[in-house]
Amino acid sequence: MTDQLLEARGVAKRYGAVAALRDASLSVRPGEVHALMGANGAGKSTLVKILTGTVRPDAGTITLRGREHVIRSAVEARRAGIVSVYQDPSLVPDLTIAENLRLTEIPVRALRTWLEELGIAKLDLEAYVRDLPLPTLRVLDLARALAVDPAVLLLDEMTAALPADLTERVLEVVGRQRETGRSVIFISHRLIEISRLCDRATVLRDGETVGVVEMAPGAEDRIVELMLGPAPTGDESLSQPMDDVVDRTGVATGTTDVPRLVVRNLRAGTALSDVSFELRAGEVLGIVALEGQGQEELFETLAGSRRADGGEILVDGRSVRFGHPADAIGAGLVYVPADRLEGLLPQRSVRENIALPFSAPARSWGLIDMRAERRTVSEAIDRLQIDTRAQSEVRRLSGGNQQKVTVARWIATGVRTLLCFDPTRGIDIRTKHQIYQLLRELAAAGAAVLLYTSELEEVQLACDRAVVIFGGHVVEEMRASDADEAALLRAAYALPPGVPIPEEEAAAAVTSGTAP
Amino acid sequence: MSATPVTATLEPRPRTAAEQSLRRNGWNLALFALMGGLLVIARLLRPEYGASDLQSLATEVLPIAFAAAAQAVCVIAGGVDLSVGSMMAFTTVTAAVLMKDRSDEFALVAVILVLLLGLSIGAINGLLIVVSRVPDIVVTLAMSFVWAGCALLVLNTPGGGAADWFKSLSVGSWGTEWVPRALMLLAIAVGVVWIPLRRSRLGLSIYAIGSDHVAALRSGVDVRRTKVAAYAVTGLFCAMGGLALTMNTGIGTPVPGPYTLASVAAIVLGGVSLVGGRGGMLGPLIAAFILALVRYDLFFLGVDANYSTVIQGIVLVVVVMIGGLVAIRRSRRRA
Repeated sequence: MTDQLLEARGVAKRYGAVAALRDASLSVRPGEVHALMGANGAGKSTLVKILTGTVRPDAGTITLRGREHVIRSAVEARRAGIVSVYQDPSLVPDLTIAENLRLTEIPVRALRTWLEELGIAKLDLEAYVRDLPLPTLRVLDLARALAVDPAVLLLDEMTAALPADLTERVLEVVGRQRETGRSVIFISHRLIEISRLCDRATVLRDGETVGVVEMAPGAEDRIVELMLGPAPTGDESLSQPMDDVVDRTGVATGTTDVPRLVVRNLRAGTALSDVSFELRAGEVLGIVALEGQGQEELFETLAGSRRADGGEILVDGRSVRFGHPADAIGAGLVYVPADRLEGLLPQRSVRENIALPFSAPARSWGLIDMRAERRTVSEAIDRLQIDTRAQSEVRRLSGGNQQKVTVARWIATGVRTLLCFDPTRGIDIRTKHQIYQLLRELAAAGAAVLLYTSELEEVQLACDRAVVIFGGHVVEEMRASDADEAALLRAAYALPPGVPIPEEEAAAAVTSGTAP
Repeated sequence: MSATPVTATLEPRPRTAAEQSLRRNGWNLALFALMGGLLVIARLLRPEYGASDLQSLATEVLPIAFAAAAQAVCVIAGGVDLSVGSMMAFTTVTAAVLMKDRSDEFALVAVILVLLLGLSIGAINGLLIVVSRVPDIVVTLAMSFVWAGCALLVLNTPGGGAADWFKSLSVGSWGTEWVPRALMLLAIAVGVVWIPLRRSRLGLSIYAIGSDHVAALRSGVDVRRTKVAAYAVTGLFCAMGGLALTMNTGIGTPVPGPYTLASVAAIVLGGVSLVGGRGGMLGPLIAAFILALVRYDLFFLGVDANYSTVIQGIVLVVVVMIGGLVAIRRSRRRA
């Protein structure tokens, strides 16, 4: 295997109990554009961090031009010829472009050449980085990486924030790297770009390399298959007991009332462009999206911690505008964040955390009825089966129990609309199922639940319907019975079900997905 | 996909050089105007206010100005140093003890030794922060007790001495009577350190780690080493402040003056962002003068000294608030 430029073998990395990578391998030939693919949490970003020296692997070797390398820092990676463009720009905001170049010792002339190639030659190098729009920063970051003439260029979601014409330029310039025998590792959620640009693709699933695909017509389907893993027959053991537990009463379909929550043409920030859906009382609606398609903005807007730039939110048929999370809570919309500690007071007790929203409602500072509080809290703890052995400080609870506390605090007083953003991230399977069950029970009792999940199998376990978002737009809406993992993943990648993509449609998908 | 109008909006409107320098130095110009206004008020209130008053103003402000310079460096690097006052006390008594009853020539050696002392104790602050990973504010608070104790160990009551040539550095004028010698000393001492530093890669790195330490790390900056260097420069400026104290009084006093908090006030007023990465050296120096002038003007107005500190505090908050409002309006216009 001496013809490989870069080779990683048997790379493993654990974070505590979680194995981010088990056995990942990757080999890149000289003059090749190589895609690195995998669903959320498959270990792509960990592998990238290992290749660029920001994280040290527990096991495995990295070989560059046949010689083994131990990469300890970004500087060492760069010296070895591996240069990365990260998802978030790595330019120092309070320095000018010229100062940033001086800091990294990038020759200005080489950078100018690449900026010209990339179509932003007019850039004023004396401008402060903090004043530049995000797409310019991304392209500048790329030009800076190209200017050091790397043997291996690593692009992590390079095109995510770019408008269509810049995306074109970038893909063209990156593709031309092959002509000089240089290689590119390309990470993207856009299969269309990958099939256009890349020569081969390595697919990761659950921290393991599960296949390397030569890019040819039909390769997209093979990649999706690999990302999904073996057909669901093998996983049935996992989902089967849940179906017994979940009592799907089907309230949602029959009701004719005003929907609990209507979102119309909602726009916020750069990622959320135009999202509309309805959420009815008694239903659990799943939101499915790849990372960074606008779901964070959607939930933040609904929870009142971000202002909408356009569109409308109706609660029980009335149009509302939230200026503060208290407004959203007042309208009955409560938010359970993915990062549990974002919503909890880690140093305080379970009791206080659960009691906070109703004992100290926003904008009221009066005395607290301690006895009533104790009763309500105890009920909530029983109902959620929270393990209260470590109840004096929430931060000492396990992740699953912490997440139960974040849900308990809202249901203690009766919840109308629950917004759950990936509530089961990093939680053990038993607690996960308890949370699904709880969501179903809440819906059965008349609550409306909006659930974003990064784990696709959850949709069929917990939801009635699913809405798929891509590039800030709703691309698909389906019933839970149709929403198996394959269908969801295809939709999330904006691929039409089961048919090869004609050229025009591919181009259209790229355009609509990137319009700012 | 041939159309390119999207790219046109990607670049900010090109600015003329004049516009750009005005925008960049807007805060300093405003501070200059404020200082000018305060001087005019002083003159109106007391028509005999003149060159000699300006000289004594510069002499009095000199230690505070060095303290502001010291604080500016570590705050730009994303830290804060609460031991500025103690380091000045430590260095001032060291200088007074070294110079007492010694020759004029040795006084020069003493100055160099004291500057080296400042550099080292500043570096010790930085090293402790980097090695212990305890927050800057905690480490420097703790070290403020340590350096204050060291000052008392060197000299437990005010005493010591200073060479005559040394004492004369901060009084009188330079060339014309309108240029105070203390002001020239300040400009030269700060300039000699700061201007080359600002143009070096170390200077860039100091701004970089204060602005965004992840981006700095990815740009290949050694964040830890840069932080130690920034605190060492802070210590160096503190040593200059300590020398200025000895210069003004002719002796050394082992009790820290109010310089730590005064230095924070001056850098905030001077346009240095407390979260790091932004600001320069000129602003804090002008701000040190402004804070002193506010006190003078209030004194000339016959305001009770107790009220005068209240008003100084309000001036500080109002000026910084106006700065914040301007920044918000500017970013709105851009968006």
